[in-house]
Amino acid sequence: MTDLIKHTAAQTAAAIAAGTVSAVEVAQAHLDRIDAVDKKVNAFLHVDTEGALAAARAVDAKRAKGEELGPLAGVPLALKDVFTTKGVPTTCGSKILEGWIPPYDATLTTRLKDAGVVILGKTNMDEFAMGSSTENSAYGTTGNPWDLSRIPGGSGGGSAAALAAYQAPLAIGTDTGGSIRQPGAVTGTVGVKPTYGSVSRYGLIAFSSSLDQGGPCARTVLDAALLHEAIAGHDPLDSTSIDAPVPAVVAAAKLRDVRGMRIGVVKEFAGEGYQAGVMQRFNESVELLRELGAEVVEVSCPSFTLALPAYYLIAPSEASSNLARFDAMRYGLRVGDDGSASAEQVTALTREAGFGPEVKRRIILGTYALSSGYYDAYYGSAQKVRTLISRDFDQAFADVDVLVSPTTPTTAFPIGERADDPMAMYLADLCTIPSNLAGNAAMSLPCGLAPEDNLPVGLQIIAPAMADDRLYRVGGAVEAALNDKWGHPLLEEAPAL
Amino acid sequence: MNLVSYDDALASYDPVMGLEVHVELGTKTKMFCGCSTELGAEPNSQTCPTCLGLPGSLPVVNAIGVESAVRIGLALNCEIAEWCRFARKNYFYPDMPKNFQTSQYDEPIAFNGYLDVQLEDGETFRVEIERAHMEEDTGKSSHVGGATGRIHGATHSLLDYNRAGIPLIEIVTKPIEGAGRRAPEVAKAYVAELRELIKALGVSEARMDKGQMRCDVNLSLRPNGTETFGTRSETKNVNSLRSVERAARFEIQRHATVLGDGGTIVQETRHFHEEDGSTTAGRIKDNAEDYRYFPEPDLVPIAPAREWVEELRAELPELPRVRRARLQAEWGLSDLDMQSVLNAGAVELIEQTIAAGAPADQARKWWLGELARRSNETGIELAEQPITPAQVARVCALVAEGKLNDKLARQVIEGVLAGEGEPDEVVAARGLAVVSDDSALGAAVDQAIADNSAIADKIRDGKVAAVGALVGAVMKATRGQADAAKVKDLILEKLGAA
Repeated sequence: MTDLIKHTAAQTAAAIAAGTVSAVEVAQAHLDRIDAVDKKVNAFLHVDTEGALAAARAVDAKRAKGEELGPLAGVPLALKDVFTTKGVPTTCGSKILEGWIPPYDATLTTRLKDAGVVILGKTNMDEFAMGSSTENSAYGTTGNPWDLSRIPGGSGGGSAAALAAYQAPLAIGTDTGGSIRQPGAVTGTVGVKPTYGSVSRYGLIAFSSSLDQGGPCARTVLDAALLHEAIAGHDPLDSTSIDAPVPAVVAAAKLRDVRGMRIGVVKEFAGEGYQAGVMQRFNESVELLRELGAEVVEVSCPSFTLALPAYYLIAPSEASSNLARFDAMRYGLRVGDDGSASAEQVTALTREAGFGPEVKRRIILGTYALSSGYYDAYYGSAQKVRTLISRDFDQAFADVDVLVSPTTPTTAFPIGERADDPMAMYLADLCTIPSNLAGNAAMSLPCGLAPEDNLPVGLQIIAPAMADDRLYRVGGAVEAALNDKWGHPLLEEAPAL
Repeated sequence: MNLVSYDDALASYDPVMGLEVHVELGTKTKMFCGCSTELGAEPNSQTCPTCLGLPGSLPVVNAIGVESAVRIGLALNCEIAEWCRFARKNYFYPDMPKNFQTSQYDEPIAFNGYLDVQLEDGETFRVEIERAHMEEDTGKSSHVGGATGRIHGATHSLLDYNRAGIPLIEIVTKPIEGAGRRAPEVAKAYVAELRELIKALGVSEARMDKGQMRCDVNLSLRPNGTETFGTRSETKNVNSLRSVERAARFEIQRHATVLGDGGTIVQETRHFHEEDGSTTAGRIKDNAEDYRYFPEPDLVPIAPAREWVEELRAELPELPRVRRARLQAEWGLSDLDMQSVLNAGAVELIEQTIAAGAPADQARKWWLGELARRSNETGIELAEQPITPAQVARVCALVAEGKLNDKLARQVIEGVLAGEGEPDEVVAARGLAVVSDDSALGAAVDQAIADNSAIADKIRDGKVAAVGALVGAVMKATRGQADAAKVKDLILEKLGAA
């Protein structure tokens, strides 16, 4: 049984399709694993045992009838608690949504179900996806399986930790400023932020609508590609969804050949604040790409230094409006409704009790940035920076096929270290934010352990919008070469839980 | 407060108005989701995650809503934006599901237009249009347990989100200057003309009594001969043509009273009261009100293709003003006669009656005469009277054929209105056919001559004008069913005066 949890999604799907194992056995093995380790890891906010087993039984029944199974049928998955699931609690890591049972499935949830993916449960996250450590969850912090005293990244720490702890071979995250890639980097797993508009946001509880993007998390590049193809594609329910074919990411992941590709190293992503071991592993990866036949050049994107401040105006501004609906009128928490309080008082009391400090901070920031007389200076300027960043990317991609950088400046930091220092926390997303502002595609994959702390380092690959396949082509080649060098996937070096 | 008279107000001050009209579009589905817009459904039965603003839900623009907005813009002689966006208007209200309204801000779909309106004396006044933009309606709150139905004193409130997300077009005028004492009349005529336009476009029934069209009257005064606008008041939700006129008139008098006493007008919203035509203060609108508009990130910009806009322009129906001029010419009416047709709201009715075969003068006579009288008596609008243009046309035909006279025709109409069936059925059931049988009439005429010998003698002596009295007697005897012209001929013949 322990073998089952170590299999990749591709292996598991093949075994179920071949009949060497049943989907129910696979689901049960993962439910058992969650049972065994999640008290320590706290990756899950809700485990849907019944739902998972029912979905697994349906896959087995389908196979028994001789029906064709999709490429991920029967594979278990951990779903970030930011996507709505009909009949299954969805909290977004917030007290304000405690007890809410959505009456509808997100488009992504529907696609997973249609693909026969077995949803094990909902994973922990920073409240409303605001954070880089999962410490902002209202339901406790998630531990990093490499070292439980350290953060698993955020906001999607629960999904990344579930992968690293072998609780699920696949997970879903959302990436607004790095919430898929940074947790991937610090847990030694793979995370992809697809091109903005390629995965439907219908049913994704909005943090910052123009930046939010759902995407795949996995332990291998190929598994991420399989999940990417299952969830991406046009959705008429999301007006910002791109009506174009999904790039052939699975084929690209299998190619393992970067010969002739031009790869740009972003000059601005280095220097002060970057951990030595992170830079060492990153530079080795660049060298490896050269060895594999890619041409590597240095690229300058001067506007990227403005990305962080622009992000912290745009994201909170949109959040202040998106979160206005949590007013205790229709769903979720309601505090102080004793028959004498007015609607406004109930709303105020509920928000006071239901939102955590980081969420309040960002609502206040955003409300201020949008207010009359400040709009041009703050939100307006930030949008201009956004345009400049897109131009820097355009210029770079005129010369190179992909850009590379460290995913995050440091390895996983200890829980509590940056909790009282928002600026230090925000720096974790320094390298990931530009892609959100430009709406292009980016991946993080493990590229080794930092020598000073033996913790995973992430390599970030960035591709132009709708060229997501390039991420998988480069990522697949790097992963294969590194596994050859190490003799095993990096995650096997993680201590047993 | 004792208000100064309207004349005194106008002697010192010049009114400037701004009119904001919200039109609920008659699309089948809401502006941003697929829910039905049908009125009168069970509360909250026409809702979905999107119009309830549930976490995770997203809007999708109703293409018919956009098309309607463009058509309204074109009919109002507006420019149509080549590129525009929706914006979020952020404010809190319990019946607004997302606590922001998806609207348009600095990039409306239509702008810079005008609407020519006709005043009661036939004169034309041009009202300039600032913009027409798309937005969504809110839900509806009802406050329960209080005496007034308002929130104060209520024990609880009920929320119905069926209306939330219904498409609205907001049409905003530029400041209306130069109307002087006719400002209230201009306001009414503008809203009336706009309503006709919206109906002609077929984008909404524009029933003000059903809230499908709602008007805000913004008004300020400035001393005569000055240019700078005074502080305005915003009278909200004035929901009939008559009320629009009354609200403007009241505010002119109120502002003049306050200003005349050396007071200042507070910028505030005001409620209009149908009962006495007055307004009272609502919420104060100072600069602290900040909607924090920003472009709606959940929707992509709208860029109406020029060819499409031109197609819509070419397909616009005949607009009310043009149509009225054509009908007036076709019907051969004077300006004054046409105005009375318009005032009675009888244009379509007469047009349809003519289409059903009636002569223009007859159609107009019945709708503006007998039916208008009944409309006034019952307080039911002419168009709502339970008689169809086809039925009126049939009555006209019966008169033309000599089977009914006017008096009988009125009885037939009465019967139709009373639900007794088609005109021919009423004629049969009530036995209302004109008596034109010579022998039966002859007997009645003989009787009348015998009963009124003195009058008969006068007629024999050549005083033919006296015949009316005898005709009346015959008509009375035949209970009005005789053909009066024929009776007159018969009497004169019998008395040798023909």
